[in-house]
Order: sequence, then structure tokens, then C-alpha cells
Amino acid sequence: MGEIMSDYILEMRNIVKEFPGVKALSNVNFKVKRGEIHCLVGENGAGKSTLMKVLSGVYPYGTYGGDIVYNGNVVQFKSISDSENAGIAIIYQELALIPELSVYENIYFGHEIMEGKVINWNQTIVEASKVLKKVRLNINPSTKIKDLGVGNRQLVEIAKALSKNVKLLILDEPTAALNEDDSENLLDLLRELKEQGVTSIMISHKLKEIVSIADTVTVLRDGSTICSMDAAEQKITEQDIIKYMVGREIENIYPKREKHHDGDVCLDVKNWNVFDQEAGREILHDVNIKVRKGEIVGIAGLMGAGRTEFALSIFGNTPGYKITSGQIFVEGKEKQLKHPRAAMDAGIAYVTEDRKGNGLVLIQDIKYNTTIANLDKLTEGIVINENEEINVANDLKKSIGIKAPSIKQFVGNLSGGNQQKVSLAKWLFVGPKVLILDEPTRGIDVGAKFEIYSLMNRLVEEGMSIIMISSELLEVLGMSDRIYVMSAGTITGEVLAEEATEQKIMAMATRV
Amino acid sequence: MNENSKAKMSIGTEIATMLKSNVRDYAMYIALVVIFIFFGIRTGGLFLSSRNLSDLINQTGYVAVLAIGMTIILIIKHIDLSVGYVAGFLGAVSAILLKAGLNVWVVIPIILCLGIAVGIYQGFLVAKVGVPAFVTTLAGMFIFRGLLSLVTQGTGTIIVSDPTFKALSNGFIPDISSGGSIHILTIIIGVVAVILMTYSQIKSRKNMQKYNFQVSSAPIFVSKIAFITIIIIAIFSMLANYKGIPWTAIVVGTVLFIYNFMLNKTKLGRYIYGIGGNAEAAELSGVNVRKITFFAFASMSMLAALAGILYTSRLSSATPQAGLGFELDAIASSYIGGVSVNGGIGKVTNTIIGALVIMSLTNGMNLMGVDISFQYIVKGAIFILAVAFDVRTRGGRK
Repeated sequence: MGEIMSDYILEMRNIVKEFPGVKALSNVNFKVKRGEIHCLVGENGAGKSTLMKVLSGVYPYGTYGGDIVYNGNVVQFKSISDSENAGIAIIYQELALIPELSVYENIYFGHEIMEGKVINWNQTIVEASKVLKKVRLNINPSTKIKDLGVGNRQLVEIAKALSKNVKLLILDEPTAALNEDDSENLLDLLRELKEQGVTSIMISHKLKEIVSIADTVTVLRDGSTICSMDAAEQKITEQDIIKYMVGREIENIYPKREKHHDGDVCLDVKNWNVFDQEAGREILHDVNIKVRKGEIVGIAGLMGAGRTEFALSIFGNTPGYKITSGQIFVEGKEKQLKHPRAAMDAGIAYVTEDRKGNGLVLIQDIKYNTTIANLDKLTEGIVINENEEINVANDLKKSIGIKAPSIKQFVGNLSGGNQQKVSLAKWLFVGPKVLILDEPTRGIDVGAKFEIYSLMNRLVEEGMSIIMISSELLEVLGMSDRIYVMSAGTITGEVLAEEATEQKIMAMATRV
Repeated sequence: MNENSKAKMSIGTEIATMLKSNVRDYAMYIALVVIFIFFGIRTGGLFLSSRNLSDLINQTGYVAVLAIGMTIILIIKHIDLSVGYVAGFLGAVSAILLKAGLNVWVVIPIILCLGIAVGIYQGFLVAKVGVPAFVTTLAGMFIFRGLLSLVTQGTGTIIVSDPTFKALSNGFIPDISSGGSIHILTIIIGVVAVILMTYSQIKSRKNMQKYNFQVSSAPIFVSKIAFITIIIIAIFSMLANYKGIPWTAIVVGTVLFIYNFMLNKTKLGRYIYGIGGNAEAAELSGVNVRKITFFAFASMSMLAALAGILYTSRLSSATPQAGLGFELDAIASSYIGGVSVNGGIGKVTNTIIGALVIMSLTNGMNLMGVDISFQYIVKGAIFILAVAFDVRTRGGRK
């Protein structure tokens, strides 16, 4: 079998992986050609990450069925270090860098350059500079990781992989947290690495970038391979990919809604200035925004433009920040919002961009997470009315379409889309006038996205106002009535949805 | 619909899944049973005598009270190392006040208020200033140890003679009819307990069915009720055979009821679990994390004060050594009772079982005449085993 060097660097044959009660992968076949960029797509829970964990030895040999053929030989990885030694590197969404250490220390962490028994730091810095050049990252190797943005950290991770002589690079949603510029930069880098003979497997939800970069696209659904499309043989379109991912065609990703701009002003933020005490600089300058009743207002901008900081500061959560000046009016009345509780009482709700980090209590069930922000409504005297609580949670589960056997399901066991729906349920139960959604569809699959968009439309039709912060331009364009663009802590533009184009918004977002 | 799907599952498989999903809880009961059998055999039945088991309850009192407070502290991912010497110090203060002639019903509220004051001081450092709880309470451990030796310096051990105070950890509830060898009131309370337990179990099962949640099948449910009934009857008839229900049990029972109610039925309880599960998410859901952290420390030190009262009452004296190692007993009880090392999970009802496990070890080893140095080693080893077991069994659900 191994006599002829095969055309494929990797073949995974009939991979079966079972967890107690769930068959995560059933007979998956996955072939990657040498020197290509291979995109692996599928809805959340389709088995992409599981497949990559099988490949990289996180699930060691013996815990799965089927064969992994790498460079023509059947391999049996018992741990991640086995696969790394074979030249396979995997870069996860949650980066594995140590914030307090420098870039060069991080790059050679775990495979230090030694001189006898001690580390040769000078050589390390020289080598680190070389690999940093390869990933076109023009920074001092002594910079600490914590001082880098997400985009640059991603590049350091790739530099680390290159320093280990990687042959097969696996990237798990590398652009999920990146703005459009950094994403483009990263994709260019992947193309360059391809020229140098590095094969890449990229897991992504962003269909546009997949279409632009992929040599081959493999679609997984419900733990099985649905198809593998070769860009050299056929032109791959976003519609094709969606069709295979969900098993049905979605004509329009953004459900239609009457746009209107004539409601009363519901939220009015005036001359909002915020100072970051840790960084010692002003992060928001004279931000002014108005939100009308029944309106979806998009806030577009690049990563680091200050959108999340703005949302958190009006929501009353300002660890390390100081609001130096500014006023908030809710339905014409000025409010002082010192704590999220005060903001909630004033009718403002904030759905975080980081649902696992600061949105949900993962070790508790759906019921708990649904009601935690508004227990007052369920409390009689000092006792929580648990029957009423069950009714509330069941109703919201049904109306929002949370897919789980019961409201007693632990939230940590749900898929990203369903977790996001639980986050929404929590805030709908609070019943705000203004709902701030920070990256509402990050990391969730196409089907769940559509459901969340439909829910947003329903809510504004019922009279709620929504502020949607999003880094996906198409989403902002598709969903908003009106769009603000932020850059470097200020509003650099305001545009009605009808008049907005990607080019216009990008131009405003890059204006300082 | 639910009943139908349940009916298909045989009782055997139901028991198997029940055992599997509750392995953590059962392990604790199994440990308790093993300890009882072991000491029962090694002491020739002495350990299991009515008299010794009544003693065991009296001995467990102060640890149980501490462990209840500690459970909350551990759920919100903090720790309190000062509880031992806070209890020791405030116990000594209570002895001094009693000796000075103050009425016992004045002394107890004063001591509890002093406990709250200590908690406010430590809570302020942890919640407002941001000093880690480990550091704050390690310092507290030294401060209160110093204060304890300061107040007992001149006198050494302070003897308590007040009969009411002594009865708290040595006395038993009075009987309605005197004379018989069986404590009638204890039996009556036991029967009432069985009726209340059965009623509440049936009510909660009916409620679960109303909402279509999975419930255990009828035979399992009935055997569960029967089993608990037997345990309750056994405990109460054992107590009735001796002198009846100890006052300590009443005190601990009251504290347990209040804290269990608070954790399960009120907003405060929900917020405590929320902070332990994800403090940032709780804060962004409108929970005032600092205020609740503050409360947890105030409650902990108040319970430490109560533990000090129980311990001083138990010994009928305050000694300069009181409080040594209490924090370990309290923390171990909580972990053995199933509090997660990662926070966010834990029940005060199970913590009480944990406290019984720890104090059965102490009691049994004392009966066997095991040397105190060896006792420390055994307790430390059991503590580590319990936590290691907890970490392993919870592995899948981080």
C-alpha cells in the first residue's frame, strides 16, 4: 500500500467515533491532497471538530474505528505529541498562548532551542524573527502576547506551528474572531504557505471566504460525509455549500421585513466618553446614537473599534472603565446606570458576544439560565414559584425553538446555536425595551442563524428596539434599518440600510 | 406519554441508570455505611450503641454548622481558613461573658453578632478590597488564634457552669411523660417526620409528572420511601432508647432547614449557584456579586460563632487549644458531601452527611484508642481521596 507515494497527504477511512449515547461520526471518509487548502464545513454538531480531534490524537488510537493514512502509512496517534511529531499542527479557536510570556517564548514553548542543558535564548530570538517573517508579522519578538490583538495572536500561533516544521496545518475557525482586514490577511498567508508546500485544513462557517480560498470543500452533516467538491472540476458556490450543509436550499439568508425609520426615539445616548483606567487612555469619544422604537440599528466596525466596550458601558458594566461624561435617555428620561441591574430596570438588555465566557452558567440547566435575570417576576414573598418558573421556561423554549429534550438539560451540553437561543430566552423573559445583541450569530450554523434573524424580526415588529453589533458586514446590511459605523472609539458614519453598501461601510470603518 | 416510555424500561435497567447517574451521592452513603460497619465490628458493637450514636450527634454539631457555611463559601469559589479560630476565640468570649454573670440568652446573641462583625471585616477585604479569600482568611486564622490565646492567657481553661449553655451540646429534649425507658416525644417526632417526608415526596413526584418530567417508576419510588422510612425510624428509635433527641440536633436541624430553604427556594440561593458557575455571567444578569460574596462571609463567620458556642458547651469549658483543625473538618465535610472543587455545585443536606462521615471517623478512632497523630493522617488521607474521587467522577462535565 505504501509503495507508491500517494497523491493524498491524508486519508481518513470509515472513521467511527461514539460517545455514550451518541454516534458523533459514522463512517466518515475524508481525503486531503498534498499541498491544497481543504475546507471542512458543516453545521455545528456535524462532527468537524470531533474528526479533527481524532486526527490529532486528542482521541487516541483505539477509541475510534477506521484508519488514518498519513503520507501513505497507517498511523496510530496515541496523543497530540505523536501527531505533532508527524508534522500535524492544530490551531484551535481558543488560542493556546500564554499572555504573560513574550512572542518568542511562546513560539518555542514546548520545543525550546537548547544548548546543552540550558535554553539558548539568543538563538531562539533569531529563529523566532525568521518564522515571524514567514507569517508576515512585523513585530518585536519580545512583545508580550497580552499586548497583541486577536489577529496577530492567530499569526503567532501559525508561526509556532511553522517553527515545528508543520506539514499539515489544521485551523479551527481561524477567522471567527477576526475583522475583515485581518481575515483577508490570514487567507493570503494560507495561500503563501500553500506555495511553500504546507497543506491546510480549515474549518469555517464563513462561506464567502471558503469559496474564495478552497481547493476542495468537504461537507459533513450529522456525523457523515455528504460530499467533497473539487474547485478545479466545478465552480463551488455558497448556495451549493448551504444546500449540502442543511440538506435544503435557503433562498434568502436574511428574512424580509418592512424597514421603517419613523418610531419614537427609545434610547438616546449623548456625548458618551469612556476612559480605560488600566490602559490609561480614552476608549470612547463623544459617541452619539439614537435608537427608535421598532428599529434594528446595526453597529458595524472592525475589531477593536470599541463597540463591545460601548455596549457594556451603557449596560452599566464597566470593570476598569470610567464614564467621564455623557447622558443616557430612555424614552426621554435621563437615567443613571451604575450596574447591569439598573440598566435592566431602565429597560436595557445586553446579550453578550461571549456566551460561554460571560453569558451562560454552563453547569446549570435551561430553566435556571432562562429565569436567572428576572427572578423578581417569579418570587412571591421570598420564595421562588417553581411551577411558574417551569411554565415560563417551557413557553420560551417552545417559542424560540430551543432544541433540547427538556428544560432540565444542562446548557453546557447544547450546541452553539441552542446556547445562543437560551441567552436570548433569558433576556426576552426580562422583557427589555432595547435589546443589545453583540455578535448574535458568531460561531453558530446557518439554520440557527436564520431562526435568530426571524426572531429578531418578530421582536421589532412587536415594538422592541434592537441594537445589533456585528463584524459580518452582510449580516449588518441584511438585518438593519439603520447602521452606525464605529472606528477607534468614535462614530464615523451613519447610513440608512437602503443606501448602505459594503464599500461605504468599509470606508467609514477604516476612517479614523 | 412519559409513563409509556418508562414502562418499556425494565426495573433492572432503571436501577442501573440511577446508580450510574448518582454515583457521586451513593459513594458518600456507602462510605458512611462502611465506616459504621467497620467501627461497629472493631469496637465490639460499642460504636453502634444508642449512647455512642447520641454522642456522635452531639460531637458532630459544631462541624456540621461550620460545614454548612463552608459549603456556600466553596460554591462561590472562595475558602475560609479562619473558621476554626474564629469559633475558638468567640467560644472563649462566650465563656468569659458567662463567667462575668451575663445571662445565657444575652450572651448567645452577642456572640452571633460578634461573628457577623468578623464576617463583615473579612467580607469587606475579599469583596470590596479584592484581597484573595485564601490570604484574607489565612491572616484571620493567625489573628484569631492570637486573640484566643490572649483572652485565655491569664486564666487558662475557662470553666462554664451555666446549665442552659451546657445543655446545648450535652442535653436532650424533655419528654412529655416521665418515667418510661422509651422517650415518647422522640418517637412522636419520628412518626411525624416520616409522614411529612412521605407527603412531600408524593407531592413533588405528582408535580414532576404534571410537567412531564422523568420520574422514577412506581416500584422504585415506593421502595425509596420505604427505605427512607426505615432509616428515620431506626435513628429515632435509637435516640428514644437513650435519652431522646439531643438539643444539638435541634440546633443543627434548624440551621440546615434555613440554609437549605435559602439555597433552593430563594433568589439569593440561585445567585449563589450562579456566581459559582459563572461569576461574570451572573454579574451581567444583574446579580450584585460583591454583595453576595459579602453575605457569604458574614454568614460563614456567624456560623463559626455558633460552632464556637456548641463546642464550648460540649466541653463545658473554653480552652486555648479550641479551634485547631476545625477548618479542615468543615472543608472536608463539604467536599465529601459533594461540593464541586470547581465551585457552582453543592447541597447543604449532603454536606451534613459529609460531616457525619468525618466525625464518625474521629469518634470511631477515639473509641478504638487510635493515637491522635495517626488520626490526623487518616483524616488527611480520606480528605484527599474524597476530592480525588470527586474530580474523577465529575471529569465529563467540567
